[in-house]
Amino acid sequence: MHIRLKIWRQENSQDTGKMQDYELADVNSDMSFLEMLDMLNEQLLEQGQRAIEFDHDCREGICGQCGVMINGRAHGPLKNTTTCQLHMRSFRDGETIYIEPFRATAFPVKCDLKIDRTAFDRVIQAGGYIAVNTGQAPEANSIPIGHPVAEAAFDAAACIGCGACVAVCKNSSAALFTSAKITHLALLPQGAVEAQERVRRMVGQMDAEGFGHCSNTEACEAECPQQISVLHIARMNWEYNKAQLLKK
Amino acid sequence: MLNAKIPEGPLEDKWRHYKEHAKLVNPANRKKLEVIVVGTGLAGSSIAASLGEMGYRVKTFCFQDTPRRAHSVAAQGGVNACKNYKNDGDNVFRMFYDTIKGGDFRAREANVYRLAECSASLIDQAVAQGVPFGREYGGYLNNRSFGGVQVSRTFYARGQTGQQLLLGAYQALMRQVHLGSVQLFARHEMLDLVTIDGKAKGIIVRNLDTGEIQRHGAHAVILATGGFGKIYYLSTLAMGCNGSAIWRAHKKGALMANPSWTQIHPTSLPQSGEYQSKLTLMSESLRNDGRIWVPKKEQEDRLPNQVPEEDRDYYLERRYPAFGNLSPRDIASRAAKERIDAGYGVGPLKNAVYLDFSKAIKDQGVGKIREKYGNLFRMYEKITGVDAYQEPMKISPAAHFSMGGLWVDYELMTTIPGLFALGEANFADHGANRLGANSLLQACVDGYFIAPYTLANYLADEIKTPATDVQHPAFDAAAKQVQDQLHLLKGIGGKLSADYFHKTLGKILYDKCGLSRSAEGLKQAIGEIKALRQQFYADLFIPGGLTINSELEKAGRVADYLELGELMCHDALTREESCGAHFRVEYQTPEGEAMRNDQDFAFISAWGWAGENQAPIWNKEPLTFEFVTPTVRSYK
Repeated sequence: MHIRLKIWRQENSQDTGKMQDYELADVNSDMSFLEMLDMLNEQLLEQGQRAIEFDHDCREGICGQCGVMINGRAHGPLKNTTTCQLHMRSFRDGETIYIEPFRATAFPVKCDLKIDRTAFDRVIQAGGYIAVNTGQAPEANSIPIGHPVAEAAFDAAACIGCGACVAVCKNSSAALFTSAKITHLALLPQGAVEAQERVRRMVGQMDAEGFGHCSNTEACEAECPQQISVLHIARMNWEYNKAQLLKK
Repeated sequence: MLNAKIPEGPLEDKWRHYKEHAKLVNPANRKKLEVIVVGTGLAGSSIAASLGEMGYRVKTFCFQDTPRRAHSVAAQGGVNACKNYKNDGDNVFRMFYDTIKGGDFRAREANVYRLAECSASLIDQAVAQGVPFGREYGGYLNNRSFGGVQVSRTFYARGQTGQQLLLGAYQALMRQVHLGSVQLFARHEMLDLVTIDGKAKGIIVRNLDTGEIQRHGAHAVILATGGFGKIYYLSTLAMGCNGSAIWRAHKKGALMANPSWTQIHPTSLPQSGEYQSKLTLMSESLRNDGRIWVPKKEQEDRLPNQVPEEDRDYYLERRYPAFGNLSPRDIASRAAKERIDAGYGVGPLKNAVYLDFSKAIKDQGVGKIREKYGNLFRMYEKITGVDAYQEPMKISPAAHFSMGGLWVDYELMTTIPGLFALGEANFADHGANRLGANSLLQACVDGYFIAPYTLANYLADEIKTPATDVQHPAFDAAAKQVQDQLHLLKGIGGKLSADYFHKTLGKILYDKCGLSRSAEGLKQAIGEIKALRQQFYADLFIPGGLTINSELEKAGRVADYLELGELMCHDALTREESCGAHFRVEYQTPEGEAMRNDQDFAFISAWGWAGENQAPIWNKEPLTFEFVTPTVRSYK
């Protein structure tokens, strides 16, 4: 395949950045998208130029570190796929591909396609856990959890924190990410005890980080690699309102 | 002489006895003690969170943008624990025995027993944290069977067990970060260990965003940096996995044990071209329901579904009827390689075998299979474009888990006082081969249940030691060495990328120190690696500056791999037997099975660093088997 690329280059967070043109010949259609970028970097290196910085690690679709806008879509054209699991067979020979970092005020660009997603960590730090200490947990089977409940909690827990939901939202909302954790923990008996305090703190932190309000367009669910449902946002709102009403 | 500090007494009392006699640190004194934890996977996050809860002052470091991305996240299949929930006769001793046998009798009895003993508590801990393990309809925990055992002791969270366990540990860690007991340094890479008066006292790290070289001091340093299987370049590991932290510690005096024992995983996706950056792992859990076969005819050109039953060779079921498709990883990997090398491989490059679900789908229905493995089937389709519900998957062996690592004693302390190594970064519990679902277990157990006690035993004597002065000359020297190396690498100004050297090294290792080894091949490999290392320092090119620069990061890791790879070959060359993941072609039975030599090789090789281009110093820790008798490891 012959591919034309327009890629966002930005030296550092202060730099204004710009799109730059590249061309690649002999791209194998079985290559992953990131392997195509590796190939481009090898080419740049041969020309003595700086490699394009992009985030990636496991390349199995599970760590959540990769993620760029490809032709205006988070993680590219396929549904429910991370960038590392996108393959060049999804593009046409001769196609021009636009690659940009995820854009959100709360996700500042560090360099080229690398962004800062530590805001997600701070949202979790605000209460995205069950406050249990190590070493003295009760026997696991002493808390039976019905299969459907466990499965529903799992559906929410499957979020990989890649940030695609934020990047595709016109308000840069982190509602899908935050609500997934809230649902996961609120559904389980172990986590239900702290549900009210948790939702208040996590939503508060989400706002403090500069994420916008949910836009109700459901673009987040459409682009989520893990098929996290927007129904979790409804649950988050319900949990939040309940917490506010019951606040002592 | 290496002292593993194994407690006296019967096997089942050793750990209890240790805990009863270990020194304690008064809660009021804990806040005076600083601990550094490098790595935030299951071992790192769990120990950092545990120490934070206990009141120590903890600093934790990872090179990813957040701890939640550590490679523990990618372990799919499950975590072992002898809960005996299935009433199938599981117990601590049986799990201990399976593990020590699975490791081909090349692990310490006391460590392995402790692993089995602590396993049940891990499930309790994870459930309390909200890890959504698979459940029966009545609400009780479900589990399944994994390779190398005949009971059901593997707990799972769909095909994302590692992710869910890591999120549990990550959340516990984030709680401590919020409380201020743990300081988190993401996008920081450890580049050297600092020792003062022979004790580990701190680390030198590079801020990967700014390029700043920082000094961090502590009363103890814990390395939980995972394995170095990525040394083969093509492996199941994340791109960033590396051996640098443990290698830098090795060069500061910590011994490296059994470095040549790298597990080759049997159920990876096959290589499809030269451009490939990794081999994606398909969970071993698939072997519960998938049947592995190759055509009986060489160069079979029919599509798999057109090959009738009588023309299929279910070679694992044929060779190992008792364990069949659940044979341990080393056996299954070698058996696949044997068939592929014999000309029965399938796929475009004839480098794969089939993993077939048609019988399971017929027996259980597609819905049940989808529920158990749906995400894995989806992943397979994304990568290959093939629907595995309709035709068999193609799988192939790939480099995976390092059984070798820093030598540690029973307390998980290395030969440098105050330097601990946890999880895959140490060599301790898996012997020459790791059984499936034991890696998550070891990482968690080390961090949640073992190191909190053993570290306290060390720190109890450090209470009067003042905070480490990072202006000490030892820090100056280490920081200068790190700076010098960065400038050296940047200044080479050659033509070749770090990836070129990594791929070349990986190929040498895979061919000559991979699934099978020979003395001749290993000697050649040592020569080739030396030459490659010379070429690296003459012809490397790193574009960009000293701030954010992935090429510079890679180059530092490859520089370490080029030294570690040679030690791996050296280790493999001196082990003149076949055991577990180490298969020396000179030592095999007429049927092609591994031939162990307990008479001469029942020991752990622990190598010391003697300096650049010097032969490593060979230390041995003899393995004594008081409670089990090493037998021929038969899965027939």
